[in-house]
Amino acid sequence: MTRYIANRIAQAALLLVGVSAITFLLLYVLPADPVRQIAGRSATPETVETIRKQLGLDLPFHQQYGRYLAALVQGDLGRSYAQKTEVAEIVGARLPATLLLMLAAIVCELAIGVAIGIFGAVRQGSRSDTGVMVLSFIGVSTPQFVAGILMLYVFAVRLDWFPVGGYGEFRHLVLPALTLGLLGAGWYARMMRSSMIEVLTHDYVRTARAKGASETRVILLHALRNALLPIIPMIGIDIGLFMSGSVVVESVFGWPGIGQLAWQAIQQVDIPIIMGVTIVAAVAIVLGNLLADLVAPFIDPRIRIH
Amino acid sequence: MKCRAYTTAVLAVLAVTAVVPALAEEPRQGGSIIVTYKDDIVTLDPAIGYDWVNWSIIKSLFSRLMDYKPGTAELTPSLAESYEISKDGLNYTFKLHQGVKFHNGREVVAQDVKYSLERTTNPKTESPGGGFFDSISGMEAYKKGKARDVKGIAVVDPYTIKFTLTRPDATFLHVMAINFSSVVPKEAVDKAGKDFGKKVVGSGAFMLADWKIGQELVLKRNPGYFIKGVPLLDQITFQVGLEPMTAILKLEKGEADFAGDGIPPAKFVQIRNDPKYKDLIIEGGQLQTGYVTMNVQMKPFDKVEVRQAVNMAIDKARIVKIINNRAVPANQPLPPTMPGYDKTFKGYAYDPEKAKELLKQAGLEKGFETTLYVFNVDPNPRIAQAIQEDLSKIGIKVKLKNLAQANVIAAGGKPKTAPMVWSGGMAWIADFPDPSNFYGPILGCAGATNGGWNWAWYCNKELDERATKADAMSDPAKAAERAELWRTIFTDIMKDAPWAPIFNEQRFTIRSKRVGGADALFVDPVRIPINYDHVYIKG
Repeated sequence: MTRYIANRIAQAALLLVGVSAITFLLLYVLPADPVRQIAGRSATPETVETIRKQLGLDLPFHQQYGRYLAALVQGDLGRSYAQKTEVAEIVGARLPATLLLMLAAIVCELAIGVAIGIFGAVRQGSRSDTGVMVLSFIGVSTPQFVAGILMLYVFAVRLDWFPVGGYGEFRHLVLPALTLGLLGAGWYARMMRSSMIEVLTHDYVRTARAKGASETRVILLHALRNALLPIIPMIGIDIGLFMSGSVVVESVFGWPGIGQLAWQAIQQVDIPIIMGVTIVAAVAIVLGNLLADLVAPFIDPRIRIH
Repeated sequence: MKCRAYTTAVLAVLAVTAVVPALAEEPRQGGSIIVTYKDDIVTLDPAIGYDWVNWSIIKSLFSRLMDYKPGTAELTPSLAESYEISKDGLNYTFKLHQGVKFHNGREVVAQDVKYSLERTTNPKTESPGGGFFDSISGMEAYKKGKARDVKGIAVVDPYTIKFTLTRPDATFLHVMAINFSSVVPKEAVDKAGKDFGKKVVGSGAFMLADWKIGQELVLKRNPGYFIKGVPLLDQITFQVGLEPMTAILKLEKGEADFAGDGIPPAKFVQIRNDPKYKDLIIEGGQLQTGYVTMNVQMKPFDKVEVRQAVNMAIDKARIVKIINNRAVPANQPLPPTMPGYDKTFKGYAYDPEKAKELLKQAGLEKGFETTLYVFNVDPNPRIAQAIQEDLSKIGIKVKLKNLAQANVIAAGGKPKTAPMVWSGGMAWIADFPDPSNFYGPILGCAGATNGGWNWAWYCNKELDERATKADAMSDPAKAAERAELWRTIFTDIMKDAPWAPIFNEQRFTIRSKRVGGADALFVDPVRIPINYDHVYIKG
C-alpha cells in the first residue's frame, strides 16, 4: 500500500513536470508579448527591453523554464505581472471558495444523480424511466450560463429566497452548487442507471430476492454497493474539473473561485498566474484520481491495490 | 471647484425635475452604494492600474496636482493651489495646498510629488504609464539608470515643485492629471513593497477600509479630504466577479446601485425600452473611436484609391444598428467630445458604386483578397462580419482572423503582418481628453514601429511636423488656435484614408433609484463609469 502510494506520487511529480513544461512552452510561443502588456502602450522600445531583462523574459526557453522549475520545487510560484503580488497568495486566496463549491457541487450531483439512476434502473423501460433519462439529458446539455441566470431569476429575484450572487454564507452557496449539481447529475444518473441494471442481473441479487428480502433491501443493501463502483472514478475526475474552476457558474454567481482568476489572467497574458492555476489544477486531478483509487477497495474488497 | 460642482449639480437636478418639482433633491452627505464589476480589481497601485475597473477607483483614492472639473474634461488645479507656465512653455511651477494629509496622517509635500513621479517612471516599478513623462528633462537618463533622480523635477520648497521640459508640451497639464501622476507616500510604499497595490495609502476623497480579494472592496469617506464637502458618500462597496447580466438582476432587486460594466448587449434593447428603467439610464459620449486600419505598407493598401474605396464601401449606419445603436457613425479619427472634432466634416459617405470606380482606377476592378484581424469577443466578430459583407459587394474578399486581444495587438504592431485590423475592444480610448493622444501613438510616425499601435503603419512627415507644432502651443490662451490646428491635421489625414473610422461608442450608465447627482457625473469623460466623489444618496 505504502509502496503503491509512493509510486503514484512519483508518477504525479513526473506528470506535473510534463504539464508545466507543455503549458510554459505554449505560453512561450504565443504571439502576444507579456512585456508590452506590462509596459503599456506609451512605452518606448528601450523601456520594454529593460523590463524584459528584469523579468528574465529575454532568456532562451530552456533557461526561463529552468528558472521557473527551480523556484517551483521551492514552492515559489512567482509574482503576477498584472497584480505584482505573489501568485501563491492570489491562488491561495481563492482556494477555499473553489474547494467549498467543488464539495457542495459533488454532493448535489451524487445525491440527485444516484437517486435518479436507481429510479430509472428499477423502472427500466417504463415511461417514468424515459422521462427522467430525457431530463438528465437536458441537464447535461443545458449551458451553465442559461441555467445559472434562470436559477437566479426564479429563486433570487422572483421568490427572493436567496441573494443574487455573492460569497460568505450558506445562502450564497445553495444556488451555484445546485446549478452545477443539477447539470452534472445527468452524467451520474446515466452511469448509475446502466450500472444498476447490470448489477441487478447478477446471481447474488437473485439469491437475495429468493431469500425473500424486500426489493428496497435488495437494491439499497445488496446491489447499490456494487453499482456504485463505476461512479467513484467519476468523482475523482470531477474533483479535478471543479478545482480548475467553473468559470461560467463562478461569474454568474459572483463566486470568487479559481476559474475566474484563470480567465482574467489569460486575457491579460499574466503568465505566472496561468502557470500557477494550471499546476494547482493538475495537482488536484492527480489527487482526485488517487483518492478514487484508494477509496474503491473500501467499497469492493475484491479490488486490491498493488 | 466645490461651489461650482454644487451649483452645476443643483442646476441640473432643478432642470431635470422642473416638470415634477416635488422631486427636487439637495445633495446630502451620508449613505453608501454598491458597485458591481465582472473583472477583479487586480491592483490599486496608481503606477500600475490601467484598466476599466481600477481607473476610476484609483482616481478617488489618490490626489494629483491637476484634476478635471466634475463631469467635464476641463482641467483645474487639485493638489496644486495654483500653477505658472513660463513664456517658453518649458517650465511649470506648481504651488501645493498646505495641510493636505495622506490617509496615514502625514502632510503631502513637494518631495512626495517628485518621489511619486520617479517611482512611476522607474523601470523597476514596471508601470504601464512611464511613457507619458518623456518630455520631462532628465527623464531619459533616469530611465536608463544613468541618473539617480529626474533632474527636471525640482523641489523648490516643501510647497513648491518645478518641472523643466525638453520641449514645450501642451499636454503636460493633462499628464499631471492622469492616474500615473498620483501622489503616494514613500514610507507606505517602502513598507508594502510590491504589495502596495493591495495596501494603498493616498490622499484622495476615499480611503481603503476592507478588501476581500476576488470578492469585494470597501472604501470609506476620507473625513480629512482637503476639498471641503467632498465626498458625499460615506462608503462605496465594489463587488467583483459578477456577470453583467447578474448585475442587472441585482440592480433590479435593489442589491446594487451601479452595474460597472453597463447593460449587457443581449438585454440592451429590452432594458432601454422598459419604462421602469427610463429615468435610470444616462447616455453620454466617450473618448473612443472604432476604426479599421489599412496597412499602407502592404499591397494593395499602399494605393490611396483602395483605402478610400474601403471607406466608401462600409455601411456604418448598418453597423451601428447591429450593435443596437450603442454608438454613432464616425467619419474622422477624433470622437465628437474631443476638442478639434470637426462637426462640418463630411468624410467619405457610403457609396459602393463610387468605391467600385475607385478600385477600377487602382487597376483592381476584379477585386482582391485580404485579411481582417479581429478581437474575438462580442460584438467585434459580428461587426467584422458586416464589414466583410460590405466589402464583398465591391469585390474585396475578406478573410476574418478572430483572435484573443493580445494576439491581435501583437499582429497589428508587427510590420507587414495584418493588412486590416478592426480596432474594437482594444483601441482607441483616449488616456486624457486631448486630441494629441489620438495622433502620436496611433497615426504618427513614432507609433509606426515594431510593437507600436499605429497599425496602419501610416507615416506622414508633414503632418508629424504640424502635430509637433500643435503640441508646442502650451499657452492656455492659445487653446482654441491649437484645437483648430489639430482639427485640420485630422481632416487632412482622412485625405490619405489610412483608417476607415466606423463609429464612436456611446456610454449608457445604469443606476439605482436611490442615487442622485447631475447627469454629467454619471457619464464623466475622465471618470468611468462615474464620478464617485460627487454622487450622493437621495434623502
